[in-house]
Amino acid sequence: MIPAAFDYIRPASLEEACRVLAEADAAGDDVKVLAGGQSLLPLLRLRLAYPAALVDLGRLPEPRGVEDRGDHVFVGALTTHDEVLRSGVVREQVPLLALATATVADPAVRHRGTFGGSMVHADPAGDLPAVALALDCVFVVRSSEGEREIPASEFFVDYLESALGPGEVLLGVRVPKLGPGWGFHYEKFHRTAQAWAIVGVAAAVRRDGGTIGEARIALTNMGPTPVRARATEAALRGLSPAPVGGAGDGARDQVRDACGQADSGTSPPADLHAKPDYRRHLARVLTYRAVRAATG
Amino acid sequence: MSEQLDAGLIAEQIAESDQLGEPSGAHEVGRARRRKEDARLVTGRTTWTDNIQLPGMLYMAFLRSPMAHARITRVDTSAARARPGVVAVYSGRDLADEQGSLPCAWPVTEDIVIPDHPPMAVEEVRYAGEAVACVVATDRYKAADALEAIEVDYEPLDAVVDMTEALAEGSPLVHESGNRAFTWKFAGGDIDAAFRDAPVVIERTYVQQRLIPTAMEPRAVVATTDGDGFTLYSATQIPHVLRVMLALTTGIPEHKLRVVAPDVGGGFGSKLQVTAEEVLGLLVTRRLGKPVKWTESRSEGNLTVHHGRDQLQRISLAAERDGRVRGVRVDLLADMGAYLMLVTPGIPLLGAFMYNGIYKIDAYDFTCTGVFTTKMPTDAYRGAGRPEATFAIERAVDELAHELGLDPVEVRRRNWITHQEFPYDTICGLTYDSGNYEAATEKALALFGYDKLRAEQSDRRDRRDPVQLGIGVSTYTEMCGLAPSRVLGSLSYGAGGWEHASVRMLPTGKVEVVTGTSPHGQGHETAWSQIVADALGVPFGDVAVLHGDTAISHKGMDTYGSRSLVVGGVAVLAACEKVKDKARLIAAHMLEASADDIEFSAGSFTVRGTAEGRTIQELALATFAAHDLPDGVEPGLDADATFDPDNFSFPHGTHLCAVEVDTETGACAIRSYVAVDDVGSVVNPLIVEGQVHGGIAQGIGQALFEEAVHDTEGNLLTTTMADYLIPTAADLPDFTTDRTETPATSNPLGVKGVGEAGTIASTPAVVNAIVDALRPYGVHDVRMPCTPERIWRVVSEAGPPASGSAAAEAPAGASAGASAEAPAPTSGPGPMSTPGPASTPGPASTPGSGSGEATSSSEGGAR
Ligand SMILES: Cc1cc2nc3c(=O)[nH]c(=O)nc-3n(C[C@H](O)[C@H](O)[C@H](O)COP(=O)(O)OP(=O)(O)OC[C@H]3O[C@@H](n4cnc5c(N)ncnc54)[C@H](O)[C@@H]3O)c2cc1C
Repeated sequence: MIPAAFDYIRPASLEEACRVLAEADAAGDDVKVLAGGQSLLPLLRLRLAYPAALVDLGRLPEPRGVEDRGDHVFVGALTTHDEVLRSGVVREQVPLLALATATVADPAVRHRGTFGGSMVHADPAGDLPAVALALDCVFVVRSSEGEREIPASEFFVDYLESALGPGEVLLGVRVPKLGPGWGFHYEKFHRTAQAWAIVGVAAAVRRDGGTIGEARIALTNMGPTPVRARATEAALRGLSPAPVGGAGDGARDQVRDACGQADSGTSPPADLHAKPDYRRHLARVLTYRAVRAATG
Repeated sequence: MSEQLDAGLIAEQIAESDQLGEPSGAHEVGRARRRKEDARLVTGRTTWTDNIQLPGMLYMAFLRSPMAHARITRVDTSAARARPGVVAVYSGRDLADEQGSLPCAWPVTEDIVIPDHPPMAVEEVRYAGEAVACVVATDRYKAADALEAIEVDYEPLDAVVDMTEALAEGSPLVHESGNRAFTWKFAGGDIDAAFRDAPVVIERTYVQQRLIPTAMEPRAVVATTDGDGFTLYSATQIPHVLRVMLALTTGIPEHKLRVVAPDVGGGFGSKLQVTAEEVLGLLVTRRLGKPVKWTESRSEGNLTVHHGRDQLQRISLAAERDGRVRGVRVDLLADMGAYLMLVTPGIPLLGAFMYNGIYKIDAYDFTCTGVFTTKMPTDAYRGAGRPEATFAIERAVDELAHELGLDPVEVRRRNWITHQEFPYDTICGLTYDSGNYEAATEKALALFGYDKLRAEQSDRRDRRDPVQLGIGVSTYTEMCGLAPSRVLGSLSYGAGGWEHASVRMLPTGKVEVVTGTSPHGQGHETAWSQIVADALGVPFGDVAVLHGDTAISHKGMDTYGSRSLVVGGVAVLAACEKVKDKARLIAAHMLEASADDIEFSAGSFTVRGTAEGRTIQELALATFAAHDLPDGVEPGLDADATFDPDNFSFPHGTHLCAVEVDTETGACAIRSYVAVDDVGSVVNPLIVEGQVHGGIAQGIGQALFEEAVHDTEGNLLTTTMADYLIPTAADLPDFTTDRTETPATSNPLGVKGVGEAGTIASTPAVVNAIVDALRPYGVHDVRMPCTPERIWRVVSEAGPPASGSAAAEAPAGASAGASAEAPAPTSGPGPMSTPGPASTPGPASTPGSGSGEATSSSEGGAR
């Protein structure tokens, strides 16, 4: 549990950080950004990664914090999970993020780990990428060349691989406010309180009068990246989510049927906690539960 | 001699100062004292082995085999030697002539195979993680880096992962001598008669998965030498045993070796070991003449801390239609791993005498085969053999209840030893000294709200609720307080089971206690102080307890097997009695009375019928000055005592667990857990409570979360805590704990061991509850750990539930003594209405001869 030797750089500003990264990129050095260290340090300690240097953003004053920007909430990459949870803006304007963040690890990890680190790490078992995907967030990225935006649907490229280029840092994420009529739920299935999700479901559902107007569902740990449950989203549109026992006993079954397609198009991994068929089953059951919870 | 050094003068000063202690009449035993060691432990003023810094210290790191089984064809350490800061690099070959073989102290049969176990592999590795080379460097970072420069060539050999396959014809061999380490048999009564024409026979196979003991403090070793003697600091439970074994292994004479167990952060049996790293630490310090340190990482620990459990249990029960158990047959395979370590082969034997549980049975037959595999050796882990036995019998009794349509509590009631029947000689040749299973069960049922939960269960079954409720019962007892030395002898164990204590009164009337037990989280400093405070009539705060250093505590048998209080605490009491005896003589002399006329109470010795007396502190001071002692009495008020118990200790209790099982996802959640334990008289209820809570949590860990998983090549897959799951407080319910107190008759404190009871009891309670929840689905077992995936698969394979509660044959009303077949109106414990034979066929009570119809390979049973 002792990492191999590496250089340690603590830039004084974001500009300096971008410059250092650009230089390293030009020199062909393998340099990694360090934020809360909750994902990167374990990789180093297990000697699964051997970067030549770490560029520590941990003490930079920005990009940090949550900002209400009218039609969206901007969450700075260096905002810790704990700060996200304490933010009234997040709770009120983008509650799905609060619901998912509350399930991340334990208080100690949430005090160090950052929102941005969770995204860039692009772990399909991480809880926040699915939220970004469900809400169609926009990632704002900076390099010495300037800023660019990446939609969530393009940000998660592969297992532990984001769309971030070598010289780029994540500034933050625009989380759209979905407006009235939307309900949210994050359903996480895990074996112990601080364990990663075996499967997770982020659901945002808009009710249109008596029916489901729109559903956005993203799945955690059902493939090398988070995935949208598009078939279920389509099948849910126009269905009545009427509660159990009401006139809609049949409607309830329809919702269940729709959620029965939640795993279509996924390629769930096999690991010690679950084989793929079980993950598929969980995705279906948990999606149903998430949709029910989101439709209240 | 100068005046200042005159003991009498100092005595005068002490008497005049306010330093001289005063007696106390407080009753300390039974008080819920906060632990006196905790302020230091929780504020970081601790000396963990890894905190120790010695001048010139070097750091060791081990290169470990990435393969489960391979021949080592080449080890090249030259590049590593050239790395910065590297002082030395050793391969197994470099140390082959001096490293000896790690000891096994428990050759359970005469023909047991004990393979050579080099601390560092020389020619062949037999488990992934076995040390193959060692770097010694100026800091631990350089040591870790240099490991990567060592080149090792391996010629892969076939892994042997599965016990059953290991015994099959043609299996690859772990050792040339074969994969069978031993077969040990034990029997009592006429087992064939018990099974012949038995109306009901239950046959089950249970898998005791391999567990990884996960003490909070990882293992660590510091070894140092002054050129003549050696000191080894180790995160160990057994400094005394370790000293002897290390002397034998390394050739360092025993009197030149001091072993220190500084603050030790938990062990659970995993630090009851003589480890490769301890031996290698001494060898390296002997070679280099410098202090060396090694501290394992968690992943290194998962690989190389000895593992626990790993047995395949075949259990058969022969019973009458009314539920009376006639006989129990057990056929066990126990995975030894690649080598036999300190007590590896003995672990299943510690369970061998427990498969009868709390029940009266006529016949018993036990066979255990120890099997070699290419995995980390197994050894003691909290409960060691007894959790396995208790699990099998408690699971099987539930199966019997289900088979007969009886309530599981009722079946137990029909079989258990009633409180009037103690002391009771069991079919296994043990004498249970005391107990009251009825009382503990009645209390537990009431606290649990058993009938109400059964009603809810039947309602959920009727409604076909996807979340089913299950109720698990575990009425356990266990043998602990290891152990009567002669019994250990009869079981071929390499040492005795006594414990030693010294109690010394200091000139100022304060007390030092030296104990041979070696606490590593148990709170001995507090409990021993309470015992001494009452015995000598001194204030609790005036007692200091010293332990864990062979230079201070010269003799002892250390801490494991729930032995510390029932053996070591009793030794402390015995030493106090000797101190009092001597003090009485001196008091009689000073008060000019006959010793027979001296009464002792609350720290004062008085002449009967008078107010004239001396406090124990005054007597301590008088013996220090020694100016006026009776003829033939030596100065000083100290005593040593060694206590060798003549029986085990038999705590018991009833644990009840309610589990909600989500049949759609397989998730289960413990809704309530009630534990009523009888650990005899209680010295400190707070400590007992702590042991029970931790024990239950650890047993739940086995039931629901923990498993060491290997792939088919024998690689351990659960090397981090993300893969090897341990429950935390967030994953556990509130435990409702209570006690009944039936004093042990086998020791003067009336105490029974509590260290392992919770772990032994809780595993079957939880699994019984899960299976109970799934009875409507026709489910009869879920393999541990009962993960959501396993539960889901079992449920999916079983198909839809049979309708309603009737199909599950869940009878209601256990606390009303009712069963589906024969409802009885009486409530409360009381003897069953259909008792078994008035007396069981008499098992002999003499040690060694036992009812145990010992085979040639085992010298009789335990007592
Ligand atoms: C015990 C434990 C349990 C956990 N459980 C969960 C869980 O249940 N659910 C969950 O979602 N997560 C969990 N995590 C991970 C946690 O959420 C981490 O906080 C998160 O994954 C990474 O954030 P970080 O700030 O620590 O990133 P770091 O570890 O510092 O970095 C992670 C990666 O992101 C890159 N990076 C970080 N910030 C930036 C940036 N601004 N720009 C560019 N690159 C950047 C780094 O280079 C690195 O590749 C757990 C972690 C631990 C230790």
